[in-house]
Amino acid sequence: MFERFHKYASPKYFYDLATLLIPYFFVISWVVLLTGIGWGLAFSPPDYQQGESVRIIYVHVPSAILSMSAYMFMAVSVFIAMVWRIKIAYMVARSCAPIGAVFTLIALVTGSLWGKPMWGAWWVWDARLTSELILFFIYLGIIALQQAIEDKDLGDRMSGIMVLVGVVNIPIIHYSVIWWNTLHQKATISKMGQPSIDSSMLWPLLLMILAHYLFFATYILMQTRNEVLNREKRKGWVKEVIV
Amino acid sequence: MKFESIHEFLNMGGYGFYVWSSYAIVMVAFIGLNYAAYQRHKSIKASLVRMLKRQ
Repeated sequence: MFERFHKYASPKYFYDLATLLIPYFFVISWVVLLTGIGWGLAFSPPDYQQGESVRIIYVHVPSAILSMSAYMFMAVSVFIAMVWRIKIAYMVARSCAPIGAVFTLIALVTGSLWGKPMWGAWWVWDARLTSELILFFIYLGIIALQQAIEDKDLGDRMSGIMVLVGVVNIPIIHYSVIWWNTLHQKATISKMGQPSIDSSMLWPLLLMILAHYLFFATYILMQTRNEVLNREKRKGWVKEVIV
Repeated sequence: MKFESIHEFLNMGGYGFYVWSSYAIVMVAFIGLNYAAYQRHKSIKASLVRMLKRQ
């Protein structure tokens, strides 16, 4: 089973698979995204308290979820790379950091744009906001470490340790609204209980979350394929692909 | 559609700046990340072609 796993994780196999999948993922992610945006902006109802400003939820919540999911995906990739010594897993992990940082920043900025009209402040040193800001700095640290070390293998291992240490921040972000008395509202969608949102708002929100995940998958395929091409440039199969 | 006119839609009940800015940021990020990954692929391929020609 592991032999087959290693075969599927070979850079050439990944390159061919990614090249095949990218166009489909690209088109589907944009169709779902534009449908979700149209639904969220024009067809979902306003909130009885927050009015039309509630429409920010359709970009803020998916970005915040993705900021944490991208980090967990990166951590699992690093763990696989370290335990089973699978090169492609390090390349996947390296592709996660930029998109994770971008979506963490989006979650912070859209949260701020939502917070100003609702709370009367652009920023408060609330547990949820502060832990999300720390996540952004962790992402920046990982990217800086990856860029600073010229030897890519060493850079992967060093940044991998930082990724695994930083995992401790993810449950802090997730449970911050429960553990501390925060201004930020509690989770809108919970795995355990009923969602605290009406179905007319829930469906466009779920569609936007799906769009964000599809976009994440597309980006990871594209960037990992780039990473494969860059690192394997002296291999025979790359020459065959290029010519 | 939940709005009576285009002006009402753009105004977003007085929250237009906040709502439209949020969506604009997300669109810029989606387009920018896709474009950057595509451009990187093109430039890596071009540099590999140059390397092969030199050999």
